[in-house]
Amino acid sequence: MFAGGIAKARRERATRITTYVVVSAAALALLISTDWPRVFDKLLNPEIAAAQFPEILTIAARNTLIFTALGFAGGFVIALTMALARISSVKAYRVFAGWYIEIFRGLPLLLTIILIGQGLPLAIPVFRGIPIFWRGVIALAVVTGAYMAETIRAGIEAVPPGQMEAGRSLGMTRAQTMGFIILPQAIRVIIPPLTNEFVLLIKDTSLISVLGVTVATKELTRWGRDGVIEFANATPLVVAGIIYLALTIPLTFVARRMEGGKGR
Amino acid sequence: MTKVIEIRDLYKSFGDLEVLKGIDFSVDRGEVVSVIGPSGSGKSTLLRCVNQLEESTSGQIKIEGYDTADPDCDMDRVRAKVGMVFQHFNLFAHLSVLENLTIAQRKVLRRSDEEAHEIAHRNMEKVGLLDKIDAYPNTLSGGQKQRVAIARALSMDPDMMLFDEPTSALDPELVGEVLAVMRTLAEEGMTIVAVTHEMEFARYVSDRVVFMDDGVIVEEGPPSEVLVNPQNARTKKFLQMILGD
Ligand SMILES: Nc1ncnc2c1ncn2[C@@H]1O[C@H](COP(=O)(O)OP(=O)(O)OP(=O)(O)O)[C@@H](O)[C@H]1O
Ligand SMILES: [Mg+2]
Repeated sequence: MFAGGIAKARRERATRITTYVVVSAAALALLISTDWPRVFDKLLNPEIAAAQFPEILTIAARNTLIFTALGFAGGFVIALTMALARISSVKAYRVFAGWYIEIFRGLPLLLTIILIGQGLPLAIPVFRGIPIFWRGVIALAVVTGAYMAETIRAGIEAVPPGQMEAGRSLGMTRAQTMGFIILPQAIRVIIPPLTNEFVLLIKDTSLISVLGVTVATKELTRWGRDGVIEFANATPLVVAGIIYLALTIPLTFVARRMEGGKGR
Repeated sequence: MTKVIEIRDLYKSFGDLEVLKGIDFSVDRGEVVSVIGPSGSGKSTLLRCVNQLEESTSGQIKIEGYDTADPDCDMDRVRAKVGMVFQHFNLFAHLSVLENLTIAQRKVLRRSDEEAHEIAHRNMEKVGLLDKIDAYPNTLSGGQKQRVAIARALSMDPDMMLFDEPTSALDPELVGEVLAVMRTLAEEGMTIVAVTHEMEFARYVSDRVVFMDDGVIVEEGPPSEVLVNPQNARTKKFLQMILGD
């Protein structure tokens, strides 16, 4: 029995070594066959990278953050409204919020952006008065609001029902108890998932350039892509990517720390 | 003299489940009433109907002479005047003890900060926890939490206090401090309705004991009669069970 175990361990080690040798050989072949000067020139060209600055920060990254912040703020208001509607005692509100959430979580974001940004103005002329910039923001808010609504509702439901009863028994109205007692406790639960939602939104702003942009409204991805075409070089896109990561990785880390901090 | 609580022919169902089946129950000012009965007999539901946390299915509930079914009756005012203490304390976890005691004073009674603080101090002193006024609920023992919950209810200057098994969630050694506060309130003339299995309280503090079973009041009267010499077979059986002899 023990002898068999040793033989098995030996076999496993042989397999592992073989795998390692094969993978290393393939990687080496790839490294040798690659035209490195060309890769550096087309992907990590220092001159082209330098030429992106400062506009990639002052225009593109700034727009990305503005879209994210406005979309998130609008989305939060929508989400709070939908979450409260979802737990309302009025059935019509519950049903409405339920459908809203299902529909906008079920559609691809790109479709919704085009629908709100281009479809609605065709169907309803007053929407043509809304600048393209704001149509994009509205589309982001509508969709992220649908996702955040479920997060906020879960946070509210995580607060023990006795808290509402205690507030009510002291004569506070439902609205007062919700505002002063339930939501402040729910916020603690929902901040980490909302931070993750914020990170998703930073990336999702890249989609709204399909509605068309001016030089002043380009966000990071569009900036990078236009740069690729202009310079016939991928470096602007790589720089844009690095800026995204500089935003998303720290935020994700913070969100994870907050989640971990709650004694999981 | 008006009754503080006057309930007539109260019915309450949850869906198909009929929980209260015709309750007549009234309480005089300054009276201390203990409600006893087996689990599921509807004791909590009765209290929750009194302060309108549950809507009754039919019947009449008058608080201080006001019919709660009257559309003119402000339910939130009624709740503010009926203090409620829960089995699980239900302190506001994100607020300090002081804030627990002042928030409803400020939001419901529109008291100034100073007035609310002063009343909070007075009530914390009454429950013997003035030194804990800046603490947060999660740093308190169960007995301390319950005394804070009592002080919180008292800070609204209630006309009566309802207690729903206030000591059931406590370790045995912490029961006494909560009962002592309840006894003080009773001696000061507070109107009290307490669902409790503390026979000492029912026997020696309350003026009247009400025995509920299966959604009806089976027997009621002075503790010396209901607890010592019960007339109804169900009361006898219940008392034998909880007294363990
Ligand atoms: N919100 C509710 N929805 C449905 N059923 C309920 C609800 N609240 C109470 N009940 C049911 O009503 C019955 C009476 O409950 P109640 O809490 O009033 O009993 P109780 O006498 O306080 O019992 P206990 O001593 O266990 O606290 C129980 O069968 C309970 O399951
Ligand atoms: Mg109960």
